[in-house]
Amino acid sequence: MTAIAAATAASTLAACGGSDDGGGDGGGGGDAGANEASDIGITEDSIKLGAHFPLTGVAAPGYSEIPTGADAYFDCLNEAGGVNGRTIDYIYRDDAYNPTTTSQVVNQLVLEDEVFAIVGGLGTPTHSAVLDFLNSEGVPDLFVSSGSLLWGADPETNPYTFGWQTDYESEGKIIGEYIAENFPDAKVGLFLQDDDFGEDGEAGIRQYIDDQIVAAERYTPGNTNVGPQIAALQAAGADFVVGFNVPSYTALSQLTALQLGYDPQWFYSNVGSDPTLVGNLLNNFSQGQVSDASLLDGALTTDYLPTVDEPDNPWVQEFQRIWDECGGEGELTNYRIYGMAQAYTTVQALQAAGQNPTRDDLVEAIEIAGGDWEGPVLAPFRYSEESHMGTAGMSISRITGDTTEQVEPVQLTDIGDAPIEPYDGEPAEVPENGIPNEESVID
Amino acid sequence: MSDLQSPTTGKNGAGTATAGKASEEAPTEATAGADEPTATRRRSLLPQSTLLRHLLVLLIAAVGAVVLLEITDPFTNSQLATLTYYAIAAGGLTVLTGMNGQISLGHGALMAVGAYTTALFLSADEPLPLPLILLAAIVVATAVGALVGVAAARLHGPYLAGATLALAVGLPGLAIYFHDVLGGEQGMRVRAPRAPEVFESFISAVSGNSATNTKWLAYLGAICLLITYFLLANLIRSRIGRTWRAVRDQEVAAELAGINLGAWRVLAFVVSAAAAGLAGGVLALVVRLAAPSGFTLVLSLALLTAIVIGGLGSLLGALLGSALLVFLPPFVTDLGAGWGLDNTEAAQLAPFVYGVVLIVAMIFAPAGVVGTLRMRWLTRQAKRSAAQPSRG
Repeated sequence: MTAIAAATAASTLAACGGSDDGGGDGGGGGDAGANEASDIGITEDSIKLGAHFPLTGVAAPGYSEIPTGADAYFDCLNEAGGVNGRTIDYIYRDDAYNPTTTSQVVNQLVLEDEVFAIVGGLGTPTHSAVLDFLNSEGVPDLFVSSGSLLWGADPETNPYTFGWQTDYESEGKIIGEYIAENFPDAKVGLFLQDDDFGEDGEAGIRQYIDDQIVAAERYTPGNTNVGPQIAALQAAGADFVVGFNVPSYTALSQLTALQLGYDPQWFYSNVGSDPTLVGNLLNNFSQGQVSDASLLDGALTTDYLPTVDEPDNPWVQEFQRIWDECGGEGELTNYRIYGMAQAYTTVQALQAAGQNPTRDDLVEAIEIAGGDWEGPVLAPFRYSEESHMGTAGMSISRITGDTTEQVEPVQLTDIGDAPIEPYDGEPAEVPENGIPNEESVID
Repeated sequence: MSDLQSPTTGKNGAGTATAGKASEEAPTEATAGADEPTATRRRSLLPQSTLLRHLLVLLIAAVGAVVLLEITDPFTNSQLATLTYYAIAAGGLTVLTGMNGQISLGHGALMAVGAYTTALFLSADEPLPLPLILLAAIVVATAVGALVGVAAARLHGPYLAGATLALAVGLPGLAIYFHDVLGGEQGMRVRAPRAPEVFESFISAVSGNSATNTKWLAYLGAICLLITYFLLANLIRSRIGRTWRAVRDQEVAAELAGINLGAWRVLAFVVSAAAAGLAGGVLALVVRLAAPSGFTLVLSLALLTAIVIGGLGSLLGALLGSALLVFLPPFVTDLGAGWGLDNTEAAQLAPFVYGVVLIVAMIFAPAGVVGTLRMRWLTRQAKRSAAQPSRG
């Protein structure tokens, strides 16, 4: 504790030194030498980061809040002195969840805005479009907002790309094991998005309860009629339905099941389970007949981050403070917490990359130190030279009214046939001002 | 005659009306100037032969493209690469809609055909040379276009719009249905072949800039665009173009003149599908991905918007309209950010301004940018010739 406190004091001092100098030599306080413009996007007193998110269009509800959370976090960080005396200049652009547009805006971020790194680009098809470009240009592509295996399983092909959230396969495995232990007699039906999201989740879940699964139904994103799928699950006699779907399809599946008089135990994977958003969507789709997420009462879901319905969680309290002080309009939501937590990891990476990092230093720092970082994310990351996968674990909780209640503590696993083990680490403590204190691992 | 033809017809009509008031002989010249190649008789500076004239324009355009690509920064290069595939598809569409009077909401889907063909061929272990692959994209899209064209030749106006709409909505779904081959929702990633060495030495000889992959793709797009527009321009000025216009403007008269309406309509659809296929191939290379979410109805509508704003039936108009599609949204977003809006609000400003521009264009320039300018010019010509009644 004392060491951390001392480090905080030192970095605060360094930051103050930077601002007193009036930007002459940046945050040159301390003994590590002066700040330099060490690579594209880094100047003596700023670091430019870029991101692409759907700010307009069908995927905008919910997801468009993520960058506002990250923006608020970076604003508060900048007020407190930034990273090594440099402020973060965070630019996020709209891709409307269209890969063609993603390619255009990422070109703009890299070639025109000249960002140091891309952070938190959202979506599997969208980010796929820029994966090769970023890696061939040597732009660090940190913490993609998607649980696809594409981002981290093959660091040799994509050395600059890192995942962040729990991948869908690991999530499927943890859900599968939970069902096998707690609902051994359940007849399980799967409700899957027809892409790698549903596919990876199904692969994971089948490792544990292949014999319990009575039906696997797939929906195509964009087709809003899920009646046939839900009816098929009902006809197959499934009394436990696991959904790997996006929030709008959580709402659609609930409404359809209500119409069909079908009432199984629901389990929604993390992506599709945000109660606030699903509540709004239900209200919207049912034209006011269902006004909140009460339909979700009793449903199970997974978590890798603390959520807004845990007001006693110190991380949530800190994020609430940051949102109140530096955020814009609206309330703190789970999506904003996601953005802030991602920003937190980004700051850890920048600190670990040293005072004058290059793009390659940043990647190396994450490979060396990333596995040890603690923060709001419940389980540790898997970063190493061999893997760029994000966090490895999840807890399982039950949605009850406006809150959730944890039914299984954090479990750790990995892709493939890695075993599932309970995580024995303590939840990380919140550092002062919610700003991490990582030591540089780059010489 | 469908509503869709009215802008073009209106243009001619207006020209005729204004000219008619001024002089007895002006109408023929005015209408001829808009559509007929005979108008070129009086131009003395340009070569007599249409082919030579187009070759000259092609040469100038090629030099212009090289200059433009070399004086602009890498990001503008990438925007120009984007412009090329929109412009190729819009050029094809303007032939169909402007010249032949058929509407298509399905060109996004035809681009998808070209893009997936390119992606499939490039994913082979030893891919064919790029020109062959793009040719394959054209051939496959042409085949699909011929099938649709046969159905489309029997349909008119809203019914044709509906049929092609079904194509736009349905075809990308095939990628999800055959997800093992076509990659499903997340699509097929495309690795564009590296630039040949010739290209690198060309760039270093011309400007000394570094021959990046972005630049190579922009050049590739520009080459495809120039070839496409050269061929389309020749086609428009040929007997085929004249026949299409005859089919568009007066069905009965055309049929009486021995023109098989259906066959010529199918041909127009096929030509425009070929352009869409090439555009899709270039898109796959530039975007590095062929995914269903890139070929939504929005893409088809954007193409239609481009040719309407630019001026129906004009290749220059298609190019201008495409430029608006590519350059307006980032411009507005940056403008919004400059006014102190946050990034989300600035992003939401772009579709709004786009809508306003569309409405303003429809009110003040219903014939599109090129159409309106041309109309003004013709009116002035007619007035001038009215002032000199002795000539003629």
